[in-house]
Amino acid sequence: MGATAAGVVFIASLILALGLTYRPLGDYMYRVYSSRRHTALERGIYRLIGVRPDSEQRWAVYARALLAFSVISILVVYGMQRLQDKLFLSLGMPPVTGHIAWNTAISFVTNTNWQAYSGESTMGHLVQMAALAVQNFVSAAVGMAVAVALVRGFARSRTDEIGNFWVDLVRGTVRILLPIAVVGALVLVAGGIVQNFASPHEVTTLTGGTQAITGGPVASQEVIKELGNNGGGFYNTNSAHPFENATGWTNWVEIFLILLIPFALPRTFGRLVGQNRQGYAILAVMGTLALASVVLTNVFELSGHATVVQAVGSAMEGKDVRFGVPDSATFAAATTLTSTGAVNSFHDSFTPFGGMMTMFNMMLGEVAPGGAGAGLYGMLVLAVITVFVAGLMVGRTPEYLGKKIGSREIKLASMYFLTTPTLVLVGMAVAMGNQAGLAAMLNSGAHGFSEILYAFTSASNNNGSAFGGVTVNTPWYDVALGLCMAFGRFLPIVFVLALAGSLARQAPVPESAGTLPTHRPQFVGMVVGVTIIVVALTFLPALALGPLAEGLS
Amino acid sequence: MSTSVLEAPEQTPAPQKDGKVGGGLLDPAQLVRSLPDALRKLNPATLWRNPVMFIVEIGAAFTTVLAVVDPSFFAWAIVVWLWLTVVFANLAEAVAEGRGKAQAATLRAAKRDTTARRLTNWTPGAHVSTWDSVGAADLRQGDVVVVEAGEIIPGDGDIVEGIASVDESAITGESAPVIRESGGDRSAVTGGTKVLSDRIVVRITQKPGESFIDRMIALVEGANRQKTPNEIALNILLAALTIIFLVATVTMQPLAIYSKAQNPGVPDSLALNGDGVTGVVLVSLLVCLIPTTIGALLSAIGIAGMDRLVQRNVLAMSGRAVEAAGDVNTLLLDKTGTITLGNRQASEFLPVEGVPEEELAQAAQLASLADETPEGRSVVVYAKQAYGLRERRPGELAHAEWIAFTAQTRMSGVDVEGRQIRKGAATSVMKWVRDNGGHPTADVGHLVDGISASGGTPLVVGEVDKGGRARVLGVIHLKDVVKQGMRERFDEMRRMGIRTVMITGDNPMTARAIAQEAGVDDFLAEATPEDKLALIKKEQEGGRLVAMTGDGTNDAPALAQADVGVAMNTGTSAAKEAGNMVDLDSNPTKLIEIVEIGKQLLITRGALTTFSIANDIAKYFAIIPAMFAAVYPGLDALNVMRLHSPQSAILSAVVFNALVIIALIPLALRGVRYRPSSASKLLSRNLYVYGLGGIVAPFIGIKLIDLLIHFLPGMQ
Repeated sequence: MGATAAGVVFIASLILALGLTYRPLGDYMYRVYSSRRHTALERGIYRLIGVRPDSEQRWAVYARALLAFSVISILVVYGMQRLQDKLFLSLGMPPVTGHIAWNTAISFVTNTNWQAYSGESTMGHLVQMAALAVQNFVSAAVGMAVAVALVRGFARSRTDEIGNFWVDLVRGTVRILLPIAVVGALVLVAGGIVQNFASPHEVTTLTGGTQAITGGPVASQEVIKELGNNGGGFYNTNSAHPFENATGWTNWVEIFLILLIPFALPRTFGRLVGQNRQGYAILAVMGTLALASVVLTNVFELSGHATVVQAVGSAMEGKDVRFGVPDSATFAAATTLTSTGAVNSFHDSFTPFGGMMTMFNMMLGEVAPGGAGAGLYGMLVLAVITVFVAGLMVGRTPEYLGKKIGSREIKLASMYFLTTPTLVLVGMAVAMGNQAGLAAMLNSGAHGFSEILYAFTSASNNNGSAFGGVTVNTPWYDVALGLCMAFGRFLPIVFVLALAGSLARQAPVPESAGTLPTHRPQFVGMVVGVTIIVVALTFLPALALGPLAEGLS
Repeated sequence: MSTSVLEAPEQTPAPQKDGKVGGGLLDPAQLVRSLPDALRKLNPATLWRNPVMFIVEIGAAFTTVLAVVDPSFFAWAIVVWLWLTVVFANLAEAVAEGRGKAQAATLRAAKRDTTARRLTNWTPGAHVSTWDSVGAADLRQGDVVVVEAGEIIPGDGDIVEGIASVDESAITGESAPVIRESGGDRSAVTGGTKVLSDRIVVRITQKPGESFIDRMIALVEGANRQKTPNEIALNILLAALTIIFLVATVTMQPLAIYSKAQNPGVPDSLALNGDGVTGVVLVSLLVCLIPTTIGALLSAIGIAGMDRLVQRNVLAMSGRAVEAAGDVNTLLLDKTGTITLGNRQASEFLPVEGVPEEELAQAAQLASLADETPEGRSVVVYAKQAYGLRERRPGELAHAEWIAFTAQTRMSGVDVEGRQIRKGAATSVMKWVRDNGGHPTADVGHLVDGISASGGTPLVVGEVDKGGRARVLGVIHLKDVVKQGMRERFDEMRRMGIRTVMITGDNPMTARAIAQEAGVDDFLAEATPEDKLALIKKEQEGGRLVAMTGDGTNDAPALAQADVGVAMNTGTSAAKEAGNMVDLDSNPTKLIEIVEIGKQLLITRGALTTFSIANDIAKYFAIIPAMFAAVYPGLDALNVMRLHSPQSAILSAVVFNALVIIALIPLALRGVRYRPSSASKLLSRNLYVYGLGGIVAPFIGIKLIDLLIHFLPGMQ
């Protein structure tokens, strides 16, 4: 079987598996978020944190709870890193430096998992597990909670309440992420991924030198890294490391885990609003964009004609021979289409257009299918914008799922879609315009600029993957990227929750023949078009001076 | 509702008005006339309300400074076209406003100062009162004035005494005088109209300075035009797009500097030098990207939408109401005058057994010859059409004694040549026959019941012949005649997703039959004003928007409750106050047109927004290679239009951007063509025309402009 055929089978089997899980998982999540019952464990947690689980919150209260939880999380993760030499299982590592600890704390709490450090040589086991892995769970659950709150805004009417943040957070963690993670970890362990508390082994290599091999609770962290769209690897080389991603089929499992929840959430959305076809429409938008991106990335990588590529015969530079070109390209597309940011190959070494695709995926706002929860709410905001323009064209005040899209809704949706591009572009411009920014560049020309663009795109969109080629563990970059991550996460969340509150208050408008149907291919096509055109128009100048200039030369 | 008087306007729609509506094409002279206004609107103090064009003006001012400091043909050409972009946008608005100004001028003429004769101690029924002379402007609410033939009515009010024919052409443009009388639904008079005959006493209902004409002038001039909800939302979206392109353009500068520094061998150009992209080019890119097309035309679209209503003789008290009209889910239509012609008409002669149809027709015609009610006339007309019976004038028949209809007898007829013929309500005629010794057969009852069941009205015809034999001849079927084309209109409405509900005072059986024939979705029979109000509230609770028309005082609560309440100009002041639109033609069918105008207004905004954004793609393909192909020659591959030079490419994009505004002014004023159809079909069509068209058009336009301007002497 040739590389192309293998790649096609790989992608087709992924689509099949995701298709099979769409309904059961989506329905299960619907039940989780709409159930009135609490398990004993959950009741214990609520009592511990002093929450009345049956009282619901207005959007502002929901947002305040979420922000408070996130600030405390940041402080805890920061503190544990700074004090790690005083904690157990530190493997003798010194405290993490202040700016890196700050950057890492924000990075993991915002579900970004940008890593300005090298995992195996910076963090002890306790910090990896109790600080970072815990955030891998809860940061994903926060994203899902926000998505569910927004969907409730569409589903409910004449109410101020959009749910209870603490209940959504706990349920997402305990009922969805944990069970899947346990099963997934066992599968990965079976695939050869390590799970131990061992101290580093000193081994003598074939050439006679010595090397420290660090083991650790890798599988447990690996599974949630993918499942929760976090992406922060136990090891510096992330999913390219054989202890994190041993074989071709663990690679398949990891991609599957990355896409699992984001692709099932549209079903949950459809169930919550009582129209499964609306879920299918959102799924179709995500699927169309994702498939196009995966195919294009593969095509660019397989047909790359850069110098090295032609010398070696294929674009294998920066890719692992375990995976080959197609499986690396597919992983790269999946990790950037979601907010995961795990890597099994070096995006910097991709062909210029292949590398551009990974950037473009993130610039889409990570909506196809996007991060756990974040993808769904991002996509729904785009649907709101599309509905507005399309709705005017059918001669009615635009409405989506029976809710009118008026000036307040458009204001919030606009602020949402302004946030990340502004962070990316301003961050990138400031980096390119100051010495601290330019000094960290290891490459020159268009490619050097692409690396900076990638860094800010990744941080602002909470992806966390890196192109590389930039020394980002300097105080300047730690602060700049940290700010991008924090604003890129929490500003949109506040706008989305405000939107949810505004929608929930409305009385629904009944559907009629004059209502724009939002479940037909026509609408799906329009959302796809709006997403691509708005992104292309925003980022074309930057892309032109980076990957396009490089690829067209 | 009153049913009989003044149905005339709809049968004879004023043709000159239709002509105006169909037009809307841009008259070049109008552009020239509006130019001073357009230049006046350059004032930043007013322009800032339009954020998109305000940014363009700032850009134009900035490049002017740059061009003065560092002059070149290219820089000045850009400066000129940037200013033209702003002027064109202002021109669009000025032209739209200009159309209303002409109308306002005529209205002002009607508002000239009149003197009122104010009655000092008027009491109802008092024929003699003293009066003093006051200026029309000094009249207060509750004052009572007397107006006689030849005088102008000094203010809006209700007639409390008398009847007069009034010339309302100053407001409606309709030259035929209308009758206004005290009491009932025709008592309202409007200030500025002229009494042609008789004398009336009017109680003023307006506050000083808030007369109907005052409001009309303000409306057609667009003086205090409030932005409508959708317009506000669209403005927010446009502002957001402007911000995003502002960020995209400004943040490009450090990259440009970096890129230039990375390629030291590349010489400086007018587009790019060591300091990055030149200010002129950067502003050009920004102006091309921000949604100037829709930003320039947005307010013109709104003004023109209101203007289209005015041209159809509808006054909307707020833009919000016009927009709501596009969203309407339920239309409440009065049966009489809207769905059916005003009167019932004979449609069938059903003889009892043993009587030939001809004989019944003869008798019915004879009995109706002197009957001047619409129903009576329709019997004569039908007899002629269906049976070829000659229409005879009552005078032709010698010695005929005509029996007029009275409320007591409930029948009318004729006594001629010893023969008595009567037609009227079934019970009355049958009693009359029995009283004269006849015995109506059972099939009379069957016929009467059959007609009633089908929604018609039965008129029984009976006679006492020369021999004194009394019998029933048969039954006339009077039917409500549904206006032509109504079923098609309602089918259209259904396709647009609008439910039509017929309101009638008829009994449910009759109502159902007519509803079925007309093709409305639902009906409300034996409707009282309270029923109407309850129906509106029920619909609104389900989130639906309701539109209705009304003219009586008892319609006022429902008009106020409805989202779109169209009051007839012939109606009472209370109705006109309660509604948010007034139809000067008093044509209830116009509600359907109002809905279409509301939709057209939104569609035009959406279509031009789509067009504006789609345009950006081509502009990028023109400007990006023009700026950076020098440092990255590979980017010349993006120059798919093969434009002549960087300068000509940038200038072409700017020129196209400005000209497209002018090109679209007619569309903005006229509105996008609207055919009632489902949302999907409408969207597909508009997406093809304005989405796809918006992508393709600038590629062609920019290329053509480039072909022209690269011949300019100063161009490289």
